[in-house]
Amino acid sequence: MPQAAVHPRAVKRRIALGVGIVALLAALVASASVGAVAIAPGDIVPTLMGNGSVEDYRILCHIRLPRLLTGALTGINLALAGCILQGILKNPLADPGIIGVSSGAGLAAMSIMILLPAQTAFVPLAAFCGAMVAVALVFALSWEHGVRPMRMVLAGVAIAAFFGGAMTALMVFYSDRVQGTVNWMAGGFAGRSWTHVEMVLPYTLIGIAGTLLGSRWLNALQLGEETARSLGVNVARARLVLLVLAALLAASAVSAAGMLGFVGLVVPHIVRLLTGSDFDYLLPAAAIWGATLVTGADAAARTAFAPVEIPVGVFMSFLGAPFFLYLLKKGMKHSA
Amino acid sequence: MDIRNREEKTMQDKKQKEEEIILRAANLTLGYGAADIVKDVSLSIRRAEIAAIIGPNGSGKSTLLKALARLLPIRSGKITLGNADMWEQPTRQVAQRVAFLPQSADFPPDITVMELVRMGRLPHRGFWDGFSRKDAAASEAALRRTGLIPFARRPLRALSGGERQRVRLAMALAQEPEILLLDEPTTYLDIRHQLALMELVEHLHDTLGLTVVMVLHDLNQAVRYSHHLIALTDGRVMADGAPEEIFTRDLVRDLYGVESLVRDVELAGRRTRLCLPERVAQEKEGEAV
Repeated sequence: MPQAAVHPRAVKRRIALGVGIVALLAALVASASVGAVAIAPGDIVPTLMGNGSVEDYRILCHIRLPRLLTGALTGINLALAGCILQGILKNPLADPGIIGVSSGAGLAAMSIMILLPAQTAFVPLAAFCGAMVAVALVFALSWEHGVRPMRMVLAGVAIAAFFGGAMTALMVFYSDRVQGTVNWMAGGFAGRSWTHVEMVLPYTLIGIAGTLLGSRWLNALQLGEETARSLGVNVARARLVLLVLAALLAASAVSAAGMLGFVGLVVPHIVRLLTGSDFDYLLPAAAIWGATLVTGADAAARTAFAPVEIPVGVFMSFLGAPFFLYLLKKGMKHSA
Repeated sequence: MDIRNREEKTMQDKKQKEEEIILRAANLTLGYGAADIVKDVSLSIRRAEIAAIIGPNGSGKSTLLKALARLLPIRSGKITLGNADMWEQPTRQVAQRVAFLPQSADFPPDITVMELVRMGRLPHRGFWDGFSRKDAAASEAALRRTGLIPFARRPLRALSGGERQRVRLAMALAQEPEILLLDEPTTYLDIRHQLALMELVEHLHDTLGLTVVMVLHDLNQAVRYSHHLIALTDGRVMADGAPEEIFTRDLVRDLYGVESLVRDVELAGRRTRLCLPERVAQEKEGEAV
């Protein structure tokens, strides 16, 4: 059946993956080359091989590379987490924030920064733990013979409100110390080191492996619980495994990058317009575009108004939100 | 397995297996929350028969069907699939034998017919298995049997309700089940698509030796297409048997509280029985009619 073998989205999918890889490489090179000291794209590889100036080598190795890798890995993690959550919760507004990750990480990080300012080195770890505590609470509240998607969304909103209240309280009672937390809350990659890369990378690898194996479950789950079960999927187990995976991905991303909310929501939507809802294609394409978007935005955010660096979260929201709305409007017209 | 061989084998086996009980519920009690919806129901489905479950709203038809699909935990009693307790068999193994079509399903509108039908192969794929040639052949056969080859590349949003229902049926066929469970498959369709779907189900039963159990609201469809009628009211079996034996004016009155005209007629070269509702006979207990 040659006619059915060619998928109507085959071309778009190839574009999403192929262009995505090219764009990612371009973003990585650009991010390595621009900054306070510009390094010509052609000099990057020779410099890293030891055939360039020592100063450039130091800038690349100790500042730019860890920063852009942290950004790329964070982008992958947030995009994958967003795909998983949207697939399982069957809710287009689902993003890592909805399962409590952002509020838990935010409260924990802010507590350290405000109450124990000498211990800021522990902020990423605290953020990760805070995120997992919040997720565990959301899971516990939405548990009834397995995780119930609708209860999960409601529990996530409740937990986010509760933790958000605690954050506001901290800000009010320690208003003199809020200044130090603002940058972290906005999200960004300034000063990220290899420690951050090492912190995020394991979860990226777990996430990629998990989503490769779990994409068929996601495909079945998005058909609805009854259909998935009649296809032999152990729905409760599949949901739990995938949600834990999403929580790990999002928590590791937030711990390294701060509150970078936009990627997990928007990248899956944008990529879905190209690849369709088949997770076999959606997941890899979303991972690539998540990395591209964050890397590119970080490069742009630190050069657009140089020497002032805009937090990348702010930059992405200002550019991404209108673009996202444009795509949605176009997509709606297309499907109508 | 080659499909043609499978068909021939099925036809040979059909006769001797006809008396075999493939699905049996014994003293089944089911429910949600505090209430029992189905109470102490026992029934037997023979291999390669078409069984229809009828009954008024809230009688427990869909609940019973879901339990037969292993989608609902049972409160007490037992369901036997083949020779073994259904709940003691692994989920995936049950899914290889039983396919279930929910009354309605909300699928992503951009999924293509082919993609969806291929998802029906899931229970036959091991954890590490990709999509094999056998899976492709079974998916294609399912499309062919449902006349959907020309639609294979279309997204679901481009299909009508009747076509979508056929796609769901094709997905269930790709599962290569022995038993097909359908929950009110014709409810949202116009009469042409209702007729086409029932004819298709009957044809699939005839050619593949499928066992079909369906919940139907349309009594005339139930009588016309089934060999075995199960009448449910208030969670209990009121009548169980061949439609020509049990489907009477009295049954319709007892089930629905409706006086009706029941007549034997010849339709498309076959004897069947028609029921025309006449008037509401009495108020059923505790229910405003």
